[in-house]
Amino acid sequence: MTQNLTLRPEENAMLSLRALYVSYGYTPFKMTKFEEYDLYVRNKNFLLSDHIITFTDTDGKLMALKPDVTLSIVKNSKDTPDLRHKVYYSENVYRVSGKSGSYREIMQTGLECIGDVDTYCLSEVLTLAVKSLETLSPDSILAVSDLDLVSEAVALTGASYPAQKKLLTCVGEKNRHGIDEILKDEGIDPAAGSLLKALLSVSGTPSEAFAALSSLNLPASMQALTERFAALLRLVPQERVRIDFSTVSDFRYYNGVVFKGFVKNIPTDILSGGQYDKLMQKMGRESKAVGFAVYLDLLEDLNRTRRDYDYDTVVLYNDESDPFTVAQTVETLTQKGERVTAVKKLPQGIFRHTVVVEKSEVKTLV
Amino acid sequence: MSDMLNIALPKGRLGEKVYAMFEKAGFECPSIKEQNRKLIFENPEKKVRYFWVKPSDVAIYVERGAADIGVCGKDILLEYNPDIYELLDLGIGKCRMAVAAPKGFRDDTTRTLKVATKFSGIASRHYRSVGRDIDIVHLNGSIEIAPILGLTDVIVDIVETGTTLKENNLEVIETVVPISARLIANKASFRFKGEEIEHIVTSFSSYLASEQN
Repeated sequence: MTQNLTLRPEENAMLSLRALYVSYGYTPFKMTKFEEYDLYVRNKNFLLSDHIITFTDTDGKLMALKPDVTLSIVKNSKDTPDLRHKVYYSENVYRVSGKSGSYREIMQTGLECIGDVDTYCLSEVLTLAVKSLETLSPDSILAVSDLDLVSEAVALTGASYPAQKKLLTCVGEKNRHGIDEILKDEGIDPAAGSLLKALLSVSGTPSEAFAALSSLNLPASMQALTERFAALLRLVPQERVRIDFSTVSDFRYYNGVVFKGFVKNIPTDILSGGQYDKLMQKMGRESKAVGFAVYLDLLEDLNRTRRDYDYDTVVLYNDESDPFTVAQTVETLTQKGERVTAVKKLPQGIFRHTVVVEKSEVKTLV
Repeated sequence: MSDMLNIALPKGRLGEKVYAMFEKAGFECPSIKEQNRKLIFENPEKKVRYFWVKPSDVAIYVERGAADIGVCGKDILLEYNPDIYELLDLGIGKCRMAVAAPKGFRDDTTRTLKVATKFSGIASRHYRSVGRDIDIVHLNGSIEIAPILGLTDVIVDIVETGTTLKENNLEVIETVVPISARLIANKASFRFKGEEIEHIVTSFSSYLASEQN
């Protein structure tokens, strides 16, 4: 990423990502900061957090500060299953962050592809997810899974629907012993979960993972899904992709390929996305959809280097100093690329040089 | 996230037992056995760094990435629901989360049940699952005296041997969930230090299997 040093890391990243998305034909999607609260109530489980900042508009309508962008894009897009709408966004969203329990303004960028979503389109989104991560850090990994494949393995255990939801949570935690416990509680032989646990053990580069999958005795339904998954991943740059079936999302909204991106030195996923045809169906749409979001606020953790200096030079002057000389000194130093502050008293903070203007004379203090 | 494997251990007997397992897995750090008040210990040769933290904080260190892996009780995972990988049930530090009440207690289901606990999340989830209306009184210690003093009807707490309950004239009326120590990992660390972490999981699994036989 070519850095503009006057911009914060997240602002630099946003510029680079915008350029990337534009180059693949994505157009900007601009929206207001507010949305009707009703939209989020109807799709509460799709959101990362169900805490939403609300207020009453002048006409009495309950409004919300956007906690999410995807729902608004879907709501505002036309349902044209035979056309492909490709949009990107850079927006601030408002939601409770982590375990702090307090609201934060979070800078988020991402893209959505809605309408005619085919294998090529999925591969393009995955490729852009890989390239987005490469833009953020040279050390990144995109963990990819196929939710249909995982859901099929969960369903084959014969567990009840509520238990299937719990099993999916265990899959997301790589919690093999939890799978055994849930099946035991359901009165099912834990051996019924062996295929699911075997799937959880499969991880690595696509070639490693598909080799491992081929050695499992998969039923025909899973075999077909594996072949579809392999065909998709063949179209994506392989180096940074790792298959990991613990990458899961809510199967009431997502289906097919789901993924999360990680960069070294950031403790959580910085990119998250997948196919969400089921959300589209819930919203009464025939179109298919895929997209991802990049949580740019997390980049704060990546470059936590202390600034060595607040200013390069402090220009000290007093009431008797010639204002023209002060202005000229500041101008000369800024043109050299220095960060300069002209003040009458030494400021708090750290600086490298001090220049004193006495009447029309300029002295550099060592 | 350095190149060292950062391991958060719970202070106390459980932590010492777990360290012995890490040692057997080839991640020894002799300085940890020195008698001093240091909390961080490193073995650069094995690229491993241990730190002792309060047992209830292990999950926070791991979730936030200060530790790559750690060991903590299932009670903490159920209460705080951290976004981590729960890789292995170590089968040690076994106890149970239970509802206890004064001997002879009879639940009057026409009234709201008053519950004293340190584990508000676990208690409210448990009673919600059975549709019982409760009033939680969150306490930080000496939970057992709450029903004796009439502050609450019952308590939800960890029970190991039951001796403290017995001495305070209480008895377990229901087990909420069995508890034991779990090996947990940060989700991002698992991507970048997966090989070392998988090695530990495999080594611990075979150790646990040999202990069972």
